[in-house]
Amino acid sequence: MDFSFELIIDSLPQLLAGVGLILKLVAAAVCLGFFIAVPVAVLRTSRSPLVQALPFSYVFFFRGTPLLVQIFLIYYGLGSFEVVRNSPLLWPILREAYWCALIAFTLNTAAYSAEILRGAIMAVPFGEIEAAKAIGMTRVQAFRRIILPRAFRIALPAYGNEIIFMIKGSALASTITLLDLTGVARRIVARTYKPVEVFLAAGILYLIIVYGVTWLLKRLERRLSITPPRLPVKAEDAGPV
Amino acid sequence: MLQGFGPQLLAGLAITVQVALVALGVGLILGLGGGIAKVYGNRAVRGVAEVYTTIFRGLPEFLVVLIAFFGGSLILAQFSEDAELNAFTAGSLALATTFGAYATEVFRGAFQSVPPGQIEAGKAVGLSGLTIMRRIVLPQVWRLALPGLGNLFLSLLKDTALVSVIGVDDLMRKADIARSVTKDSFTMYAAAAVLYLILTAVTTVILHLLERRASRGIRRAA
Repeated sequence: MDFSFELIIDSLPQLLAGVGLILKLVAAAVCLGFFIAVPVAVLRTSRSPLVQALPFSYVFFFRGTPLLVQIFLIYYGLGSFEVVRNSPLLWPILREAYWCALIAFTLNTAAYSAEILRGAIMAVPFGEIEAAKAIGMTRVQAFRRIILPRAFRIALPAYGNEIIFMIKGSALASTITLLDLTGVARRIVARTYKPVEVFLAAGILYLIIVYGVTWLLKRLERRLSITPPRLPVKAEDAGPV
Repeated sequence: MLQGFGPQLLAGLAITVQVALVALGVGLILGLGGGIAKVYGNRAVRGVAEVYTTIFRGLPEFLVVLIAFFGGSLILAQFSEDAELNAFTAGSLALATTFGAYATEVFRGAFQSVPPGQIEAGKAVGLSGLTIMRRIVLPQVWRLALPGLGNLFLSLLKDTALVSVIGVDDLMRKADIARSVTKDSFTMYAAAAVLYLILTAVTTVILHLLERRASRGIRRAA
């Protein structure tokens, strides 16, 4: 087996273009997904089974099926309907692999993020919600000013993991012809039949992206974390004076 | 509705379950070994385990599957001209490797959660290190690691769909074949999705029962 460094050097520009596509897709999916996740998470905390039904089914489906199935359902599945193919509004979007991948990634990450956020909303200390009620905030105000900001901070570590999973999941874009990092690597392998060099290079690039983003998220977490104020010793802790 | 492809999809489902179980078995061994290496190993052993988890938790599962398949074929070709790599083996081992890397972290946490006082107590009554491991630590590690491992297994079930790309006849690939014959993509992929949903839902219930069984007799805050 002759190892070819030249091939790695030669393919680097294409691989880096693939990195660009990943970052673009994941950034867009995570941002769009966030705006879906927030209302879904809030509805999921409702006590009414009627309100819960729809968001529950959505989360259940997208967390219970493989991302690959979701991508194919949107890219191949929706296109098999005459109505979709004849629609001047939907077809220009749904025939493009790029948009289909973005839709699938967005819906997928939104479902996972909604569950993370739901857990975080439930973890907001009761006292803070009661305090909000006590000073006369409405339910909407309490959500906007107290519960959600607090929940975001609680959710951040888990949400960071979800972003990392999305980066790794984005490799599936290559299954519908997109030239993301994995797609570029597969194409070069098919042409040169040198999988060792090409996948090694792609793997190193993935590790750099994943640990780079992890590092950024850790910094963000540290910035947003509040050190709890040092409370004065409570009277009952001090014991009888 | 499935135009006669129902039995084919079910056959694919059986392969999907097999891939998942093989990957689970191998992955648990890797994870347990990795966890022990990280908690009880010397510096060199810990280093190896660290490199393993760093690499395989950072690579997309799909890329690992591709590497196992193409890299494996290439290595096999060095030994014999007409040997052909079995896609099932390559795919399962690739998924097992990733599973093992995550499981290493779960087991590490579980080992560290066993109260050190119990290990000291074992030493105090004169048990050997191996006996302490077998009688005191491992029985509890199972309970502590179960929730984490359960989540990993649910991800693994969904990741098995990736092996369809390298030609394993799993549920996903059967759906692909059915689609290309019938041209009815939506129905076929939707059917596959429903089967995956059933699989994950049933697994969730089983995991819940296992967790309840594993934590029987554990004191809980009322």
